Amino acid sequence: MSVRAPGRRVAGRLLHVGVLVFFTGALAFPFFWMLIAAFKQNIDLYTVENNPFKFNLPPTFEHVRFLFTQTRFLRWLGNTALVGGIVVAITLLVAVPAAYSLARLTGRWGERLGIAIFLTYLIPPTLLFIPLSRVVGLLGLQDSIFSLVLVYPSMTIPFSIWLLMGFFKSIPRELEDAAMVDGLTRFGAFLRMVVPISVSGILTVVIFSFTLVTQEFVYALTFISPEANQMIGVGVPIFLVRGDVYYWGSLMAACLVASLPIGILYNLFLDRFIAGFTFGSVK
Amino acid sequence: MRPAAAPGDPGQGRFLGVAMFAPAVLYILLLIAVPFGLAVLYAFSDARIGSTSFHLVGLENFRSILQSPSFRKALRNSIVFTLVAQAIVIVCSNILSIALEKPFRGRGFVRFLILLPWVAPVSLGTIGWKWILDSIYSVITWVLVALHLVKPFNTPMWLGEPHLAMASVILVHCWRLIPFSTVIMLAGRSAISKEIPEAAAIDGAGFWRTTFQINLPMMTPILSVAVLFGIIFTFTDMTVVYILTAGGPYDSTQTLPSLAFATGIAGSDLAAGAAISLFLVPVLVLVAYGMLRLAHRAEVV
Repeated sequence: MSVRAPGRRVAGRLLHVGVLVFFTGALAFPFFWMLIAAFKQNIDLYTVENNPFKFNLPPTFEHVRFLFTQTRFLRWLGNTALVGGIVVAITLLVAVPAAYSLARLTGRWGERLGIAIFLTYLIPPTLLFIPLSRVVGLLGLQDSIFSLVLVYPSMTIPFSIWLLMGFFKSIPRELEDAAMVDGLTRFGAFLRMVVPISVSGILTVVIFSFTLVTQEFVYALTFISPEANQMIGVGVPIFLVRGDVYYWGSLMAACLVASLPIGILYNLFLDRFIAGFTFGSVK
Repeated sequence: MRPAAAPGDPGQGRFLGVAMFAPAVLYILLLIAVPFGLAVLYAFSDARIGSTSFHLVGLENFRSILQSPSFRKALRNSIVFTLVAQAIVIVCSNILSIALEKPFRGRGFVRFLILLPWVAPVSLGTIGWKWILDSIYSVITWVLVALHLVKPFNTPMWLGEPHLAMASVILVHCWRLIPFSTVIMLAGRSAISKEIPEAAAIDGAGFWRTTFQINLPMMTPILSVAVLFGIIFTFTDMTVVYILTAGGPYDSTQTLPSLAFATGIAGSDLAAGAAISLFLVPVLVLVAYGMLRLAHRAEVV
């Protein structure tokens, strides 16, 4: 290491702080701005001359009250939680056994099938929503949240199998072999030995699938039209707007209330998702 | 080679493997492969919402969409938005990941704030931007007026003028993707051996030489991962455009996915909508090819 002049070191430190402050500020600003708007009185919000960075009138809970009592916000939250819960259950039922079976498949075929499944995760809703809208109609699921219960696992299963495969591979085969010598069947060994020690991998899949359900927009917009059956991601931006009138205060409150818990949850499991996204190119 | 693990009865183990794997394959076939096949079929048909008639019409849909100015705008926008956003995202996330690499007090909280745009539902974050870019109450406009950079009676219509609207869509895409790309690169940086650059420094390699001949080549695989995902997330996204501008003004921000929705669902012309969305496929194939190469390399190493 070369000896650096103190002036240069201070400059480097300042640059470091400057970069962090700039990016953090820019990236988090919309959420800060939601917070401000959610508690401002309408007269304050809609007076162009007012300094928008300060409360020119006392803060109000009116927007939050309106959101929870005069709109279907809670209903949308409930729909989202219900769909999310069922989708998580379906994803686990399908992906956990499939990932285990792939992880224990000997030879190159396991790896190849795994990558093929991962690649289906890249197929976007914007390619499939048109034919699926007709399939959903034929099944009589139009306008029902069960259309989403049916379709969302097709988005969550591939990536979940991929995540779990990596997990199961790190479990030594000897563990199951020993259990089978002790009289368990292979499936019994999988249920009683492998699943319990994979709880953190399974939890990662639960969080991944649930957040994906909350973030999806295209299918929910396409399949469902009645206001009462909406998911949070479509209900707020589409149905909190009456005609051309935007209720900005309650809109921003809704965005913030729905975003923060999901953000916190996702953040806790981030490193695991990233390990899945970078598939082995980081080792 | 190792023998099948089930002691006693290898055939039973194979049956179990297939039985555990089959539901996943079935789900993927029925809800991804079949709809994809239907999308191709629709693109060559006259399917419409509210009509049961179904005839194959050959290349009719492709001929008519290729002639439509909206489609050409959408195709151009999709490519331009994706390329410009990726360029900005790569530069910014590289800088940000360097700044986040060294531990400092409060790094966990800073990381949470930085990640919010990626983890919050897209549609809700985009509504936040719609308020920031409002035609009358935009905070950006207020700051510019306060700085005397624009006149109060002639303020910019961020989402109402074609070029500003295009820039706004790109801005929101960058805002959403920078966090994702940053964490991918952070993961890459922490995995890169620290000894090689240090050894190079001892051998007298300067900052630029270390950066371009050692760090950058070592970062290439992880950069590719970030870029490939970024391309998918921008090119195939319709949420940002739909909420921010709905493709307007005058189709100036229309992209392939948003036009496919406007034509196929809102406009009831399933066939034309499916044909438009099929133009996403070449890019998806290229990205899949890139991913396969990366996966192959990881496998060899």
